Amino acid sequence: MKSLSEIETISKRATKAAGYSWGISEEVGKNIRLLEMYGLPGIKNLNEYYKKKKEQTFENLKLINKENKITKFQFCPIISGTSFLDQIKSLESINEIKFEKIAYPLLFLPFVSRASEVVGKRLLLKLDDSEFLLNFNINIYSNFLKKKIIEVSELVLIKFLENADSFSESEWKQLYQLSEDTFVEESDSLKENAAGAGLTDND
Amino acid sequence: MEINLRSPNIIMKLSRLGSFHQSKLSFLRSFLKEFKNWEYKRDLFDLNKFGHGTAVYSLKKDSRIYSLICYANELKESERSDRVIATKWDAAFTLYDGVPTKYDIERLRNEVPKQEIGRLSYKELTLSRANKSIRVFNHVVESLSNGKQPNTNLLSKVGYLYRTTAVYGSGKFGLADRFRIKNRKEIYGPFRLEMMLVYLVRQFTFDQVNYMAKLNNPKLAVSLDKNISRNLGIGNSTGLGMAPFIVNHPTLLNNWIFAREKALKKIREIKEVKKEDFDLFVNCLKKSVKNITSWNTDSTYQQNKIKNLLNDLNKFIKFIEKDFNFSEEFLFNKIYLWTEKYSGEECIEYIVSLMMEPYDDIIDPLINQMSSEEEKYFNIPTDRKIEELKKILEEKYSEILKIDFSKKENNKNFWFISKNKEEPRLADRFKENGAELEQPLAIARDIKKLYDLLSKSKNSSTIGKFLSSDNNLRHVVRRAFISEKFPYSEIQDNTIGHAIVPIDMLRLKLSFFGAVKFDPRSDKWLRICMFQGAPLPSELNNHNDQWIYNSLN
Repeated sequence: MKSLSEIETISKRATKAAGYSWGISEEVGKNIRLLEMYGLPGIKNLNEYYKKKKEQTFENLKLINKENKITKFQFCPIISGTSFLDQIKSLESINEIKFEKIAYPLLFLPFVSRASEVVGKRLLLKLDDSEFLLNFNINIYSNFLKKKIIEVSELVLIKFLENADSFSESEWKQLYQLSEDTFVEESDSLKENAAGAGLTDND
Repeated sequence: MEINLRSPNIIMKLSRLGSFHQSKLSFLRSFLKEFKNWEYKRDLFDLNKFGHGTAVYSLKKDSRIYSLICYANELKESERSDRVIATKWDAAFTLYDGVPTKYDIERLRNEVPKQEIGRLSYKELTLSRANKSIRVFNHVVESLSNGKQPNTNLLSKVGYLYRTTAVYGSGKFGLADRFRIKNRKEIYGPFRLEMMLVYLVRQFTFDQVNYMAKLNNPKLAVSLDKNISRNLGIGNSTGLGMAPFIVNHPTLLNNWIFAREKALKKIREIKEVKKEDFDLFVNCLKKSVKNITSWNTDSTYQQNKIKNLLNDLNKFIKFIEKDFNFSEEFLFNKIYLWTEKYSGEECIEYIVSLMMEPYDDIIDPLINQMSSEEEKYFNIPTDRKIEELKKILEEKYSEILKIDFSKKENNKNFWFISKNKEEPRLADRFKENGAELEQPLAIARDIKKLYDLLSKSKNSSTIGKFLSSDNNLRHVVRRAFISEKFPYSEIQDNTIGHAIVPIDMLRLKLSFFGAVKFDPRSDKWLRICMFQGAPLPSELNNHNDQWIYNSLN
């Protein structure tokens, strides 16, 4: 089994060899490490993308808008992802961002995961039918369970999820009431003596 | 009295970093301190009369066990080489997490001796190999076989029976990633497991010579005297492989240097130095001078360094004995100021290391701050403004911005990774091929380029916008923001200039390891010695913390 350290180093070097700058290569090294740590096929997708890149042209999306349409070629997942991560703070106010045709979109995913940590919000990423809930770059919840290569996603959608409870107020109250069963009913004597400062701490 | 931390513009120069010496903060010393209450055991020792076979040693505390597995193999004379191009060694080692089963020992027998081309698993923590100092090894076995102790003069010249030629950890070749073990309290300090491996290897070398002597001549053979054993360490040959590490790990570098600088500041701020603390300092100083005279090297560069260090130290001892007034306040500050005024960089840093000796209360808390969570500082704050980044560069890289990279001499070298050994190398870009595959280690040049580019950009614009138009210098944008938070994270020098002495970079790292006897074999590799004078494993729980100055050699 390859260690994450090896995965990061080799991905970084391969990215440089594929024509990206050292700074971008460092980003990709970290990203593939993340994907593999989350159990997603990072190496597989990166390898395939770099093979394809030798034969095919991809578009570099440098400025992210609400809707991002290709002019001719599929978007490069690495430059699109770097731009998304770099511009995340200015994109926060947009509720939903759409991208048309991102090549090898699993390579785009870790940028979105890291962006979730930067803005402190969960982000929902849809790659056609596959959904990924990105939780502050701590974990990923997904219906994508196959270790496969996704060559292109026709529609990529990112939703910013407001920080909100995943439960109702009444559900919270029910659980809170149950938690109260661990408390001790205070007698007068306990009220007098059990608190550190007692009732005469106004001196 | 408030003493300022020393300026990175002085401390982070290569000549200064290349003058650092071991100290109480050094990893091999803090390793011994941390593991002093661990139970040491030799679990397996199965060698033949040539000393070939398998051995296992362990350190145990509560439910945690670390085991060193040693494989000693036959090595033909023609195959013996310390260089990284070697493919076979006298012995190969791995540190195993727990107790290895017979299956593990057999599995690893096929992998560990192959080193870089073998595959390890997450159960193995570190990997190493070593070659005998044939001259010393054979002499020791022969002497012991004849019932005599070896010639200590010969031993003191070399200082070890074996020297390692690489020690790997942190996920290399399939070894356990650091994230798997980083929360273990006993390995909070950097390189603890690498230190453990080397320390246990040292014991294997003693056991091996004793065993071979006994088999050679069962009636007459004696064991190596404990005092002689204690004064032998493990040698190490180190090349350029180590140099990029300190560039590639800026927050870690900062935390090492910052610990040293913080210690110095606190010691200089002590108003009333206790007599016993001062005596300990002087005692270590005097003993250490004796040690320095035993550092053998053929390198004129190092001979000059040692000569100047000895001259300065003798001057300093005279000052302490004749002109120094112990009753003065802020004694160590006065000593420090004296060294700055009257001695060279080697001596200044030597005295700084020695000043730490009496102060466990200052040093111990700093040891646990010498690791780094590097991931935390990886993201670039792209919402910051161009003018902020420019200001950071002007403040944190002021010396570097003065370098003129249009001059050939300042742009002479390039760092690259060799294809056959995947190891870093340095070459002349105007004479050799390959500069187009240069590694991102020319930080000074790229920082200067970044500054020039930023100067043409709009001050109020964001870093995100800047990067969307040009990502070529992204790696140094990241570094600049790291250096804003970590003042000692950057070497304040040109790592590609004509005057670079790469072993300065190695020396910095090796001093933090706790190495002594620096012996440069060229400007690109050197030999050192580790654990010379250290307690034997059986003495771990009752040893003097200043053991490094007690060496008889």
